[in-house]
Amino acid sequence: MTTTKKQLHRIDLIFKNEDDCKEILRNALSRSDQEIVNEMVNSGLKGRGGAGFPTGLKWKLTAESKEKEKYVICNADEGEPGTFKDREILTRVPHKVLSGMAICAKIIGAQKGYIYLRGEYKFLVPDLKKELRKFHDILDELGLDFRVDIFLGSGAYICGEESALIESMEGKRGEPRNKPPFPSVKGFKGKPTVVNNVETLAHSYTILKFGAKKFRDLGVKDSRGSKVFSVSGDTPIPGIYELELGMTVQDFVDDFSDGDCKAVQVGGASGFLVPRKRFGKTTIGYQGKLTGISLPTGGSMMIFNSSRSMYNVLNNYLDFFEEESCGQCTPCRVGCQQLLKGIKAVKRGEKPTSYLNQLLKLTETMKLTAKCGLGQSVANSFSSIVENFREEMIY
Amino acid sequence: MDFHEKLVQNLVFKHGKDRENLLPILQGVIDQERYLSEEVILKISKEMSIPAADVYGTASFYSFLDIEPRGKFVIRVCKTITCAMKGKNQIIQSIENFLKIKVGETTIDKKFTILQTNCLGWCHKAPAMLINDEIYTELTPESVVDILREYKEEN
Amino acid sequence: MSNMVNLTINGIAVSVEEDKTILEAAKELHIKIPTLCYHKDLCVAGNCRVCVVEQVGNHKLVASCATPVSEGMEINTNTLKVRNCRKHIIELLLTEHREECTKCYRNGHCELQELSAEYQITNQDFIDLVPDKNYTIDMLSPAIEKDDSKCIRCQRCVRTCAEIQSVGAIAVAHKGSEMKISTFFDRSLDEVVCTNCGQCIVHCPTGALTEKSYVEKVWDAIADPEAHVVVQTAPAVRVGLGEELGLGSGTRVTEKMVSALRRLGFDSVLDTNFTADLTIMEEGTELLTRLKRALVEDDPDVALPMATSCSPGWVKYIEHKYPEYLPNLSTCKSPQQMFGALAKTYYAKNIKVAPENIVSVSIMPCTAKKFEANRPEMKDSGYKDVDFVLTTRELAVMIRQAGIEFEKLNDESFDSIMGIGSGAGVIFGATGGVMEAALRTAYEIVTGREVPFDNLEITPVRGLEGVKEATVKIEGTVKEWDFLEGVELKCAVTNGLENAHQLMEAIKRGDKFYHFIEIMACPGGCLGGGGQPFPVDNEIRLKRMEAIYAEDRDLPIRKSHENPEIIQIYKEFLEKPLSHKSHKLLHTSYVKREQY
Ligand SMILES: Cc1cc2nc3c(=O)[nH]c(=O)nc-3n(C[C@H](O)[C@H](O)[C@H](O)COP(=O)(O)O)c2cc1C
Ligand code: SF4
Ligand code: SF4
Ligand code: SF4
Ligand code: SF4
Ligand code: FES
Ligand code: FES
Repeated sequence: MTTTKKQLHRIDLIFKNEDDCKEILRNALSRSDQEIVNEMVNSGLKGRGGAGFPTGLKWKLTAESKEKEKYVICNADEGEPGTFKDREILTRVPHKVLSGMAICAKIIGAQKGYIYLRGEYKFLVPDLKKELRKFHDILDELGLDFRVDIFLGSGAYICGEESALIESMEGKRGEPRNKPPFPSVKGFKGKPTVVNNVETLAHSYTILKFGAKKFRDLGVKDSRGSKVFSVSGDTPIPGIYELELGMTVQDFVDDFSDGDCKAVQVGGASGFLVPRKRFGKTTIGYQGKLTGISLPTGGSMMIFNSSRSMYNVLNNYLDFFEEESCGQCTPCRVGCQQLLKGIKAVKRGEKPTSYLNQLLKLTETMKLTAKCGLGQSVANSFSSIVENFREEMIY
Repeated sequence: MDFHEKLVQNLVFKHGKDRENLLPILQGVIDQERYLSEEVILKISKEMSIPAADVYGTASFYSFLDIEPRGKFVIRVCKTITCAMKGKNQIIQSIENFLKIKVGETTIDKKFTILQTNCLGWCHKAPAMLINDEIYTELTPESVVDILREYKEEN
Repeated sequence: MSNMVNLTINGIAVSVEEDKTILEAAKELHIKIPTLCYHKDLCVAGNCRVCVVEQVGNHKLVASCATPVSEGMEINTNTLKVRNCRKHIIELLLTEHREECTKCYRNGHCELQELSAEYQITNQDFIDLVPDKNYTIDMLSPAIEKDDSKCIRCQRCVRTCAEIQSVGAIAVAHKGSEMKISTFFDRSLDEVVCTNCGQCIVHCPTGALTEKSYVEKVWDAIADPEAHVVVQTAPAVRVGLGEELGLGSGTRVTEKMVSALRRLGFDSVLDTNFTADLTIMEEGTELLTRLKRALVEDDPDVALPMATSCSPGWVKYIEHKYPEYLPNLSTCKSPQQMFGALAKTYYAKNIKVAPENIVSVSIMPCTAKKFEANRPEMKDSGYKDVDFVLTTRELAVMIRQAGIEFEKLNDESFDSIMGIGSGAGVIFGATGGVMEAALRTAYEIVTGREVPFDNLEITPVRGLEGVKEATVKIEGTVKEWDFLEGVELKCAVTNGLENAHQLMEAIKRGDKFYHFIEIMACPGGCLGGGGQPFPVDNEIRLKRMEAIYAEDRDLPIRKSHENPEIIQIYKEFLEKPLSHKSHKLLHTSYVKREQY
């Protein structure tokens, strides 16, 4: 055994054991909203829920609305297969998330915040409530008129999509809304609402504590800062790691795989499968378009070794989507069923192998016409698996 | 006043009659009953002035808001990719053998129901399962039987 | 005026108000974009995705029905990308769909069929999903059939039932591939709060929701030599039938309809307008009696406002949702059921046919009438008062099946007796009509003078607004009614059950007080009923409404109490309004129903 195994630099910002939210909030209260927004914008922080929308800009847009009633929602629905970092953040450093919410609330002018916690994480509620009580005391002390409640989900992946999440909070089926209007204009109860991922909010704590520069110095152009990754699958060291953005998949595999790695799924079932031949050419981040060269992610990294059947993997994903699609729009509801049945039919020889091309075209239609990100992103895993492992789909 | 009526009224009183409180109220019933009966949905519909079909339709959207009778302990084994790779089939088989029912079924004593669910957010400790709200990870066919044995003995 | 926004669609510049959608802007340029989940009457869902168009600069396509216009927008509605996607979407819908157009009720009137013909979906590449679906057909209701295998999940029915009707009998249930339109625990429509109004049917783009058809039963009856088959036709049918047979909306076809019915083989062709007039006599008297009890006798038990009871959808609605207000419902049966009870008594005796040999058929703009005819209490003649109810659409089916060239028919008039109706009877077909007809008669009974409106046209109660109010000051009363002197009779009229809901809530809260309210379950009244032609929107409703009022203007008799057959029936048979006999035959009672 050689010991030259390359290790990626471990960052310790998010989980760093520090509890000075009172200081940070006090400090933030003494600064102008404009100053803080600029700090957020300058940090280059982009949403860690997967879509990568610039956080500072989102806050700014919502702040601009003249409505009196506004909301901050922390998206803790974390349902993407292979993602488990938000749970860890909420377990270990909930006060950072709450501080992020409070600062956002101050800037946009919200009095009320919610943590939308997936039902699967209900066991976190007692501790979170304790944390909330402590936090509310601090807010009172600082004279900040803001309260946070927990809203529990009930087992529906689509409720992680921000407009479905809002529908769900309004007591309805979690069916994504038409956009525009976006939540920053018309969100919870029709009022301007910021929805941010757990990790995004925790990063904003870091940014306010250390300044934009410290965050900005990490990562690469367009993908600044660190990111918490959920590492699972065929790795000897599954778990949660905070790493710099901009690494290549090769760097990642060198660190986390035991040497037998045929592919990495970046971004969960709705992300891309990167085959070995592209490890070196693919980086993790938000650069440019979704070309498959630079992959944004909510942080899920799943490693597959050579024993894994990519057909089974795809089958499992499609099962997931067929079930978890909200079902309202045609391309997604029917498309998912067709893809699932389609790959089975090809495998069984009931459809010619050329049918895979037909299905690829279908995913293109889904990408172009589905109402929300779920239906639009089924194409990602489907095409990256089918194109790179076509023979496994057939034999 | 019967038990269900009281349960619903208390929940509606606690959370409020507005539509946005529907999920917490339904969840409150699940905590007690493990499923939403026709009777309960009807009562909620009346108390909150939401059409019964709408309450039913909303509940049926969420996989944790069961609308079929369930056992006292609902076992949900994760079937998503990592757990599938790490042997969830053997886990299910082991549970099925131990409880002598299949996935989707409830034991005759109404104590256990076996279901499958999607990623629980514990992939690094796969395979994982929930029993009601309790999470169990890094399961083996043996450990799962030990866990269930404890539940079986508990009343 | 709101701000204007400039955009181009297919390279053509257009300027529209800023709150318009791309779909609406395209319409102004006469560019048609296909739609399925969109309906003018309903809020936007944006779920079918067939209306997608290309927006320059946006990699994804956008749903034109759900996307507002914006300054400088460049839209293309007919690119290769758009066409391919649309085609895919239609193909996908068809894979979930049990395609059997030749056997389908909506054949020829189906938006899905039309679209797949337009896009020439001839080959089916994708896998047929139907065999793996446990589709069910709900046929238990006497009025509505729901066939899930024809459903494209556009949710138009759900939005209709909730937004227009505020009933909520149907909702979207489950998710993903299992998502479907369902009632409370998927019960039959017959067992739930459904009012049978049929609005979901006229808003459904496909054959998933249809009326229960009795066409074959009626053909059987006509073919039966023993049977004497009488047919009555409701006021709104004569302004809808032409539309269903390819004439323009709002075409009046009363006389051609009569000759068509004769050619179909009905033994006697009669007019529901007659019993509409009779309803006015009975209901008007009932109102005056209630007023007397309230004003003169200070009877605390008298229920006011009195509400009309001729819309069976409304009746079932109040039975489910406001049972505490059942005493407020007029005890009068609907004109259809009055007709039925008389057909097998008064009429049978008159033409000397044994009542058991009479088959009584009615042609209605309404699906709830099918339910009403099947209510167990509707047997006051000693037989089932109305045997079969057909919608306007079903009558058109029979006319087509019989090979009748409708447009070429001669004009003919109704048989007698029970074939004469006044203008007051015909306006029952429009919202506000019952109120107007009642006022024409009641005012005259009480004052001896005509109601003080130009040409008898009580315009405040006309039109499509949700709630219309009118106050009529009663002055110069005749002796018998002098206790009403100076009373301001407060009336309200609504159409569509959501408006009815609003009105009832206002009454319940005590915000409003009325003496008399007219409620029709369907938007626009019967002319917009659940048995009328597809498609429907307010433009079409208004055309039908104009036709109804024109029909009234052209009739020689315009007041119910002046209808000679009405005078005759009271003389020969009923004696007087609210007599013992009319109580037995023409009045009814109601039941409290479940709330799901
Ligand atoms: C199907 C689907 C599921 C999603 N699930 C989550 C989730 O579990 N957590 C999350 O933070 N964002 C999720 N998102 C993204 C959210 O819609 C939204 O973009 C995000 O919460 C915004 O926060 P951010 O800007 O901080 O990332 C999901 C999006 C889609 C389309
Ligand atoms: S894309 Fe899928 S999840 Fe999104 S709205 Fe459409 S059906 Fe629902
Ligand atoms: S609903 Fe339309 S497409 Fe379907 S079978 Fe009927 S006519 Fe044909
Ligand atoms: S008939 Fe009327 S009440 Fe019944 S489901 Fe349809 S719209 Fe709703
Ligand atoms: S029943 Fe008709 S209106 Fe309702 S969702 Fe299905 S196709 Fe649409
Ligand atoms: S795949 Fe089972 S917990 Fe994530
Ligand atoms: S018509 Fe626009 S999405 Fe259905």
